[in-house]
Amino acid sequence: MKIQLNGRAHDGATTVADAVAAVTEARRGIAAAVNGEVVPKSEWDRPLADGDAVEILTATQGG
Amino acid sequence: MEPQTLGRIGTEPGPGPHGDGIAPRTGTLDRADAATGTGPLSRTDPATGSSRAGTAPGTGSLGRTDSATGSSRAGTAPESHAPGRTDALTIAGRTFGSRLILGTGGAANHAQLAEAITASGTELVTVALRRVDAQQGPASEGGQRKYPTGSILDVIEQCGVGILPNTAGCFTAEQAVRTARLAREAFGTDWIKLEVIGDEDTLLPDPVELLDAAETLVGEGFTVLPYTNDDPILARHLETAGCAAVMPLAAPIGTGLGVRNPHNLALICEQAGVPVICDAGIGTASDAALAMELGCSAVLLATAVTRAADPVLMAAAMRDAVTAGRAARLAGRIPKRHLAKASSAFEGMADL
Repeated sequence: MKIQLNGRAHDGATTVADAVAAVTEARRGIAAAVNGEVVPKSEWDRPLADGDAVEILTATQGG
Repeated sequence: MEPQTLGRIGTEPGPGPHGDGIAPRTGTLDRADAATGTGPLSRTDPATGSSRAGTAPGTGSLGRTDSATGSSRAGTAPESHAPGRTDALTIAGRTFGSRLILGTGGAANHAQLAEAITASGTELVTVALRRVDAQQGPASEGGQRKYPTGSILDVIEQCGVGILPNTAGCFTAEQAVRTARLAREAFGTDWIKLEVIGDEDTLLPDPVELLDAAETLVGEGFTVLPYTNDDPILARHLETAGCAAVMPLAAPIGTGLGVRNPHNLALICEQAGVPVICDAGIGTASDAALAMELGCSAVLLATAVTRAADPVLMAAAMRDAVTAGRAARLAGRIPKRHLAKASSAFEGMADL
């Protein structure tokens, strides 16, 4: 399945949890969005669909 | 809650000494502050003084060069406080001893940031939300960050301060609302510094999108702290929308130009029923003090500290400036006069 993961083409993630694992080992302070909508951690086993745009975000320095 | 001198002060913007372009004078500060720095200020600001005294971050920079007296002063400071004159800041039912909120953007590295946070005495710091892998590349400002959450969140935890996520970089209400929802999920807080900018050159808030986003987020149960223009009418709309505070700019983000429109800032403070937090554009300590003297409840700044030649010393300076400005505000400044008024009586003058 091909998705966009943090703006790059990605192959191999079938759930949100897979996508998270593909970009970070961290779980604390992480949020995931699929097609712009937040996916709560409790729903990270949710299957992804072909072409989904997935964003995995965390805190960074900022004013 | 506010002194009755509010209106008078509001119509008389202070002299606003500006230190633009003047290089930090570390040595002078160290020497001068050792004697008088914390005493008078902590007396007029018992809440901040006593809550910080235990950890003694206030003299952080001074402490580096003067650690012996720094700690002894921290121990004795609370005793000099006038009892009952607590002056805590309350936003949406949450109380803060410090009236300084520190942005973390621009810090050279996390060790220095932690030191600056501690020196500033702040209890709340802002963070941005970005892609996790964006932080694993070369760190442009010197930080070596292998894992994203081994970074700023650890610093915040280590310092024992609260986290205020922002929506920096958002240009539309929709973007900002989505970012706020993600921040709530990531950090478990419904507090959000709402930032919706109009363009990349000025980074000025887009009032239309800002109000739209504020209304939506308040409706979703967020505690919304909007970064706004120094526009009293927009501030009123944001308050009416249910924002927990309004955060007018002193000047555009990162400019360090100081309070560009003291009159408007004072107007906003006079009319607001929620805390007014001066956010952005502060360049140096006198700017922060002026914002407080004009009636702001708190100051939020980042660049002025993180990009100062000595961020930790500037953090301590900002802490003292905010405390001093608040104290001066509460004390009620004298009215300005056109002509001189002798402070020494003419009565009893010798016939010479």
